[in-house]
Amino acid sequence: MTVTERRPGRDAAVAPGPGAARLRAGTLLAACAGLAGAALLAVLVGPVRLAPGAVLLELVGRLPLVHTHSGLTRQEAAILWQLRLPRVVLGGLVGAMLALAGAAYQGVFRNPLADPYLLGAAAGAGLGATLAIAYGPDTSSWPVDLLPVAAFAGAVIAVAAAYALGRSGGAGSTTTLILSGVAVAAFLTAIQTYVQQRESETLREVYGWILGRLTTAGWREVVLVVPYALLSTVAILLHRRLLDVLAVGDDEASSLGVRAARVRLVVVAAATLATAAAVAVSGLIGFVGIIVPHTIRLVAGSSYRLLAPLSLVAGAAFLILADLVARTVMAPAELPIGVVTAIFGAPFFALVLRSSRHAP
Amino acid sequence: MTAIELRGVSVALDGRPVLRELTLRIPGGSRLGLIGPNGSGKTTLLRAIAGLVPHDGEIRIGDAAGGGLSRRELARRIALVPQNPAVPAGIAVTDYVLLGRTPYIPYLGTESRRDLEIVASVLDHLDLAGFAARRLDSLSGGERQRAVLARALAQQAPVLLLDEPTTGLDVGHQQQVLELVDALRDDLGLTVVSAMHDLTLAGQFADHLVLLDGGRVAADGPARTVLTEQVISQHYHASVRVLEDPGGGIVVVPVRVPTERQVVM
Repeated sequence: MTVTERRPGRDAAVAPGPGAARLRAGTLLAACAGLAGAALLAVLVGPVRLAPGAVLLELVGRLPLVHTHSGLTRQEAAILWQLRLPRVVLGGLVGAMLALAGAAYQGVFRNPLADPYLLGAAAGAGLGATLAIAYGPDTSSWPVDLLPVAAFAGAVIAVAAAYALGRSGGAGSTTTLILSGVAVAAFLTAIQTYVQQRESETLREVYGWILGRLTTAGWREVVLVVPYALLSTVAILLHRRLLDVLAVGDDEASSLGVRAARVRLVVVAAATLATAAAVAVSGLIGFVGIIVPHTIRLVAGSSYRLLAPLSLVAGAAFLILADLVARTVMAPAELPIGVVTAIFGAPFFALVLRSSRHAP
Repeated sequence: MTAIELRGVSVALDGRPVLRELTLRIPGGSRLGLIGPNGSGKTTLLRAIAGLVPHDGEIRIGDAAGGGLSRRELARRIALVPQNPAVPAGIAVTDYVLLGRTPYIPYLGTESRRDLEIVASVLDHLDLAGFAARRLDSLSGGERQRAVLARALAQQAPVLLLDEPTTGLDVGHQQQVLELVDALRDDLGLTVVSAMHDLTLAGQFADHLVLLDGGRVAADGPARTVLTEQVISQHYHASVRVLEDPGGGIVVVPVRVPTERQVVM
């Protein structure tokens, strides 16, 4: 019983053939070029203007076996390597993680408005950070700050609790999971508010953290995030085809041979690690996980084969640019980056809501 | 050769028995029509065969016990077309049909050239090649049903289960879909089990009818023996006439029995 014997070798005329694969590679390449452009722009612009040519030479000079003289002064080189670059790299990582996690959550929950904080990651991280700020010991002599570790742990614990709660209720249906995420988030936010009110002198610091910031970005934070970013990225990208299968629902996915609940667990775990790592170093930056994947859906279609890698790249570029806006429009003061992403994100969110009303 | 065999199969959903001690043998290459009133267990029976609901008793698929097969192995032997298939927003028809190749694509891998060739040939076979790049949600009901069938065919399973394949289609498209399934069965040697509401179409497009009522087999046999006025009125609580079609088939027509209210008026 084979259907294929009728017309073998016919493939180029229809969408998923090699032509489509080339198109996908081309789109991805264009996005990478955009990311490189955004990163370069963000490295160059700041209180001290750096010359583009010299910066490129300086960067190339760090490659193995390449020796160049960039002409940057010692001070300019320090600004490049110690201030601008780590901030751009961290912004890129955080944006990439939030956008990828958002896309992944939207896939496994079949809900276009799902974001990385859906299962309580934000509330958990908020509580962890608040506890660390209010009661944490002085960690200036420690190799890592307590704050990111507490935020990371809070996010992971909150999502794990929501997941366990959701699965105990039924067979892990998506609606039950989302509702238990709501319950966990409400509970943790209540505790966080209580702690914040009791220790009111911490209010300002907690508020600043909640709005999100990349101001303290250094290589230390980058090193902290990279392992989780790598792990989550690999896991989600490997599951990108299965995310397309989940789009037909658990039942039909099962009849196609896929264990939907298992795929969901792995993808949610990976997306949660990514979110927790991002939240740990940058606070709560809203909307990236929604606007980036949805813009890509509008431009490049809804298949995760392209959506997942594009979200990664476009998320990085978007946050690098948002951070550039955040630190330049009111220079020398900085806008919280969460404010910048929300100013662009909220109107866009409204647009998505409008257009999803027309969807079947 | 037996394609599917059920021995004493019972299914309970939320503690409520839906199928009770069902025993059924479906020969390979046959066309079985599954009929019965709403809630009689037709959909549940199809889902049990496809391994989507836990059951007691034994279900054998070909020469293997259904319970002994993995999800993927089962998906290579049985393709199920649900009554209301999900239509993911924005998916292209080829990508949708490619989902049918899922049981053959390595778990974390991507589709091979051969998978794409099979998709292209299935699209061709169902006259869908022109729709390949179209969005599934932009197709009409009849075209969409063909795309759903194409996905099931891409599974290359010897058994095709159809749950109300004509739901929401006009009479012309109902016939077209059923003729298409019939032609595919002939071409590919499929075993087809369809749950159907329209008794006339069920009689025309099945060699063998199984009437379910209350989760049990209430009648079983060729259309002429199952579709009688007495059997239908007993199990459907319906008033029907079963008429002889000069073409050789039989036709089941609902008739309206005058009620007292109408008599008064």
